[in-house]
Amino acid sequence: MTRFILKRCGLALVSLFILSVTIFVLIRLTGDPATLLAAPEAKEADLEAIRVQLGLDRSWPVQYVHFVGGALRGDFGTSLYYRVPAGSLYWQRLPASLQLAAVAMTISLVVGLSVGILAAVNVGRWWDSAGKLIALLGLSMPSFWLGLLLIYFFAVYLHWLPTSGRGTAAHVVMPAIALSGYFTAAHMRLTRSSMLDVLGSEYVKLARLKGLPESWVLIKHAFKNALIPVLTLAGINLVLMINVAVVVETVFAWPGIGRLLYEGIEFRDFPVVQTVVLLGGVMVIAANLTVDILYAWIDPRIRLER
Amino acid sequence: MPGSIPASVSSASPLAYPRSRAWGRLRDGARGLPVVPVTILGVALLAALFADWLAPHDPVLGNLRHRHRPPAWLAGGDAGHLLGTDHLGRDVLSRLLFGARISLLVGFTAAVVAGALGTAVGIISGYYGRWVDQIIMRVVDAWLALPAISFAIFLAVLLGPSEMNIVIILAGIFWTRYARVIRGEVLSLKERDYVRLAIVAGCSKWTIMRRHILPNVINTSIVLSSLIVGVVIVAEAALSFLGVGVPPPKPAWGLMLADGKEGMMAGYWWVTLFPGLAIMLVVLAANLLGDWLRVKLDPQLRQL
Repeated sequence: MTRFILKRCGLALVSLFILSVTIFVLIRLTGDPATLLAAPEAKEADLEAIRVQLGLDRSWPVQYVHFVGGALRGDFGTSLYYRVPAGSLYWQRLPASLQLAAVAMTISLVVGLSVGILAAVNVGRWWDSAGKLIALLGLSMPSFWLGLLLIYFFAVYLHWLPTSGRGTAAHVVMPAIALSGYFTAAHMRLTRSSMLDVLGSEYVKLARLKGLPESWVLIKHAFKNALIPVLTLAGINLVLMINVAVVVETVFAWPGIGRLLYEGIEFRDFPVVQTVVLLGGVMVIAANLTVDILYAWIDPRIRLER
Repeated sequence: MPGSIPASVSSASPLAYPRSRAWGRLRDGARGLPVVPVTILGVALLAALFADWLAPHDPVLGNLRHRHRPPAWLAGGDAGHLLGTDHLGRDVLSRLLFGARISLLVGFTAAVVAGALGTAVGIISGYYGRWVDQIIMRVVDAWLALPAISFAIFLAVLLGPSEMNIVIILAGIFWTRYARVIRGEVLSLKERDYVRLAIVAGCSKWTIMRRHILPNVINTSIVLSSLIVGVVIVAEAALSFLGVGVPPPKPAWGLMLADGKEGMMAGYWWVTLFPGLAIMLVVLAANLLGDWLRVKLDPQLRQL
């Protein structure tokens, strides 16, 4: 087990290294970072001053060590617009993103699990077709369009919910629904197929043969086991939700890291954009590593692979 | 499937037999072709090809005196603007038709470029194995870890807005998904007897990859492409919506959604409804077609 964990951690570190090199090289290949950092009307002398200040006059390896060293100490550069460290902006905005993702995840699990189970139990019948249709719509509908439709219907037309911003519990409803759409569909599909697998297994047949009531078989024997893959996916999806909410957060002016990324685009605030992208990658790698290790802990066969 | 019934009736006539061989082969290939997605994609394709003739108005030039006209069937609607006009008095229908051109062109080009790149890299990685495989797969792992939309935004900010750049960016992001799957297939393909025999016969690695491996993974690539087209079209719309995709005033669907946002608050819902509907229908059709292709071409991929 220790060997497995060490190996996985090593691979994750390699991924982190490649991630940082990718971002570092892309910035330098696509142009002079000084022009990204300076105001569009900056003079050549200003650019030169920025280059020296940022150490851009030094060689790439030296610059890379400087970049990674800073990132490890939590220093991601200074936001050009807010004039504060980009890292602290990120940590400031993260709670709002976590809140949105938590609510969206709850919605997607409640709806996804219940409809998924109903579809699996009634496979081939009306509920199943309805579930398939909902899943297909959820996977095809762009989240920001769903958000705009929700705003029109619940805020502009019915005046039930506030259009945007963060504050009361009512504010989180629409962005969470918009964000959860795609994930609800994904959870629904996986729940259905996972339930179908379990329902066809020997131990469920045995439980039925024992004469247990059907509801007991479903809850105690089938559901509990069908839940494992869905929860694994949900764990990874929670991290994704935090990081792909850019468009939804922009539509609803929700002050999370997605909105921060959008502001970074609008104000050409390059250090902020870079921070959000880099930390998003770090978060996903960490989540994948955790899932890998948890899986190996639950299922010893995985540890011995390869 | 409903679409094939009339065709099979006509081929039952003995006279039809000799000339229908090519037609029959075509028909067999299309048998069971799902009607809904093919119709939707067909309409979108026609709109994209013939937008110049179909569109009743110029998609970019608006008439400020005709701002926010509702769709023709509503009170105050104008028969000249079937789906209404936006905040600059531009015809929504015309922009929608020209928008199909941008969406389909960007979506399909990006998916094809990503597919070609990812398939090539996947074959090389899987076939060479050892350190080549290790290096390539570590890069793929790292790139897959980046949340696609924020990575795309990052690249879009670096490269600047244009259709060409979006294709480059989206292809640069999505090739990793092909590479992963194709490499897995190649790992098992290269242990097959015909590949070993080809090695014994003295074929070069290049020949083996091109002649013996590629034809066996091409179905998987096609299935993956059909599923990725939808993702790419939504990604393009999202980038355009955020202002880092197709530059205004071009009639991209994502841009139309961004334009419609302000007006929607005042009740001008049609500027927002139709482009989103168009995106959803095209993506839905691509997904349905992808599902159908998956079952038809590669039953082993059903788990994907």
